Amino acid sequence: MNKKLLATPHIVWSVAFILIPLGMVLYYGLTDRTGAFTMAHIITIVTEEHAKALLLSIELSLISTIICFLLAYPLAMMLVNMNMSQHSFIVLIFILPMWMNFLLRTLAWQTLLEKTGVINSLLGFFHLPPLEIINTPTAIVLGMVYNFLPFMVLPLYNTLAKIDKNIINAARDLGAGTVQTFFRITLPLSIPGIISGVTMVFIPALTTFVISNLLGGSKILLIGNVIEQEFTQAGNWHLGSGLSIVLMIFIVINIIAEAIFDKQGEETAS
Amino acid sequence: MKNKLLLLLILTVSVLSLTACGKAEKGENGQVLVYNWGEYIDPDVLVSFEEETGIEVIYDEFETNEIMYPKVESGAGAYDVICPSDYMIKKMIANDLLATIDMEKVPNAKKYIGSQYFDQSREFDPNNEYSIPYCWGTVGILYNKTMVDDPVDSWDILWNEKYADNILMQDSVRDAFMVALKRNGASMNTLNEEQLISARDELIAQKPLVQAYVIDQVRDKMIGGEAALGVIYSGEAIYTQRENPDLEYVIPKEGTNVWIDSWVIPKNAPNMENAHKFIDYMCQPEIALKNFEYITYSTPNEGARELIEDEEIKNSPIAFPKLSDYNALETYSYLGEEGDALYNELWKEVKSE
Amino acid sequence: MRDKLRKIYIALIFLFLYAPILTLIVLSFNASKTRAKWGGFTIKWYLSMFQNRAIMQALSNTLIIAFLSAFIATVIGVIACLSMQSMRRRGRALLMGVTNIPMLNADIVTGISLMLLFITLGVQFGFMTILLSHITFNIPYVILSVMPRMRQLNPSTYEAALDLGASHVQAFFKVTFPDILPGVLSGFLMAFTMSLDDFIITHFTKGPGIDTLSTKIYTEVKKGIKPEMYSLSTLIFITVLLLLFLVNRAPAGKKEKEVTL
Repeated sequence: MNKKLLATPHIVWSVAFILIPLGMVLYYGLTDRTGAFTMAHIITIVTEEHAKALLLSIELSLISTIICFLLAYPLAMMLVNMNMSQHSFIVLIFILPMWMNFLLRTLAWQTLLEKTGVINSLLGFFHLPPLEIINTPTAIVLGMVYNFLPFMVLPLYNTLAKIDKNIINAARDLGAGTVQTFFRITLPLSIPGIISGVTMVFIPALTTFVISNLLGGSKILLIGNVIEQEFTQAGNWHLGSGLSIVLMIFIVINIIAEAIFDKQGEETAS
Repeated sequence: MKNKLLLLLILTVSVLSLTACGKAEKGENGQVLVYNWGEYIDPDVLVSFEEETGIEVIYDEFETNEIMYPKVESGAGAYDVICPSDYMIKKMIANDLLATIDMEKVPNAKKYIGSQYFDQSREFDPNNEYSIPYCWGTVGILYNKTMVDDPVDSWDILWNEKYADNILMQDSVRDAFMVALKRNGASMNTLNEEQLISARDELIAQKPLVQAYVIDQVRDKMIGGEAALGVIYSGEAIYTQRENPDLEYVIPKEGTNVWIDSWVIPKNAPNMENAHKFIDYMCQPEIALKNFEYITYSTPNEGARELIEDEEIKNSPIAFPKLSDYNALETYSYLGEEGDALYNELWKEVKSE
Repeated sequence: MRDKLRKIYIALIFLFLYAPILTLIVLSFNASKTRAKWGGFTIKWYLSMFQNRAIMQALSNTLIIAFLSAFIATVIGVIACLSMQSMRRRGRALLMGVTNIPMLNADIVTGISLMLLFITLGVQFGFMTILLSHITFNIPYVILSVMPRMRQLNPSTYEAALDLGASHVQAFFKVTFPDILPGVLSGFLMAFTMSLDDFIITHFTKGPGIDTLSTKIYTEVKKGIKPEMYSLSTLIFITVLLLLFLVNRAPAGKKEKEVTL
């Protein structure tokens, strides 16, 4: 009745601006310039230069995701244990950097990491060997970790903050040690947060073209760069769309994996 | 949380309304939509144009010809005046994207733009009917005297392992291949597959020595002493030398690219009249001089060159080289769709290596 | 000892997060035009930035788009949450799945898909196309923060209001809305921030003559960022930071346990 009608604007919007556009990507990706059906643009992913770019993207984004997780988990636990009265303040501290433009923040890393940059000037001052990571995959990983760390911290923090302290105390009372409590109680209970954190880091890292451009000196081609160049420079939308479909396959796999792990996803994914 | 959020909201809304108030009023004589290279005009010139003509300038920027082209071709953006380079103008003419310019409506162009520049433009615009030259220059090597002790007169030095991780290359297909092709004595417009493949292999061999592929960032990096050698457009050389006197610009002996960026009017331009007015305004000597001083790219405007007070710059071999002194100078030509695709493919292979 | 280690760890992470920001702030006072050289201390960029029409225009575009897209997304999102309450499980799951696509999908694919749509429809690229795209990727963030609140609502209060003679609209604004307000506000703020920080989708859907700060900066990156950009970002950042501190020092209202992103 009445209430169901309320869904109309949202449904119309979703169809018009989410489903139809994705349909267009599918259409372009599966046709050639003459409009005939072809799988060629999808299959090009196995050509040497595309496969290399994709594999490198996967490798770098996996490394970044793992580093983000390893950094964020202890941090989230500490923040929860600090018993801060101002939970929202913590959240805002992590969102705050976003008010400084993303490109500028990444560019600032260039200034920091350059051969004659800030960090190397400091190292030189203390007669330490220079750090030479600008324009290497390491710099790109650093940029990814930097940009996406908050997306790992926040969901972890949210789930960890929700864990009932009594459960942990109960485990302790029953004789579990710190390590045991962590692996048998805290970690399993925080899985929803881990999953949404991993997704929110892995997908943007996998598909970025900006970070690799700014910190990789355009020497390192990720799959995002290939797609961007097909659209904005080579003007081959069919190939660009075909490669986008390949990317979407990864995203769908990720979503399915998430659904399997986390049946109550919508409540905790944030 | 609630209060804080509310406060934040109030802040954003107030900032919003404050800035919205400062918005420029609409031009009384309509608009002109200009699509130009980044940082390729003195912003004061736009303001004075608006004041003098009452035409509002909507200004947009692109980084490379290749980024500009699909936007114009797809009709995603209807512009009135665009400033592409030589070979791209040829491509746009070939694909019927450009309108002819009514020379009667741009009297300043005939009067002040040097005739040799129109002659040179014939390579891509055979009847001089689609384009009015705006800037021109060469591509060469910028090097830091304190970091390079070999003589720099050839593209070869960009393959010298001594300067590993100290070399900046241009991040665009044509410029990168130009360097490799010229070094091999080939034409930079070649479609000969053998020559192109050997150029590709040399670019791949060079890649470990390259610090980064950049476009305009080469300027900042060279000034900061980040690299010893960089491939750069001559227009940037004057500016970088001013900032860092250790830098020197050289046109390699194997020859290089002589390029022209010209104003053109696309076929789908909504404001043809204003487009002509804009181009004519840009050809006024005082205006061209202002632009030259701001962007430091060589101006084809003889009137403006006469007005330059600094004799050193007026006769600078960097800003106004005597082209007859160099050999094997070429201008890019349009390679056709297949040629473009081939270059793009080979470039992707270099980049993914 | 453990406490010390803990503090050091947190401090290091914060250093990592804020080091680039500090760099940008320092650069905004750099008298030299290039990033690479320190030319002495100056505040001239703070003055000249207000004269720079392009930057001011980009700022106002950015803020207007962020505000409008967040606002419209909030309205659509809240209505959607309301209607989803009365949907069947499967219908709701399906709709949620579709809604979340822009959030889970790669920005580059979302941007490209919208660009293809607008080109096919022959829409002139510009302010509207950016706005529509931003609303699209903002809606899931609103729904994500409103939905949990909506779930906690006691449906009987709404029914009671109806029984007492309130209309649906009245009942919504008097009963439901105040309860979900924190979720709505944080959803709005999240959407606002996302829109503000977006580059990739704007990059693909922008038209002639319209720039947001992000696209403006991207064009400038290649040519050397204008120092005014640093001062503008610093100013925005400091304003938000100050505001946060002020708010935190003011006597807080009732404390919120729930933290919605």
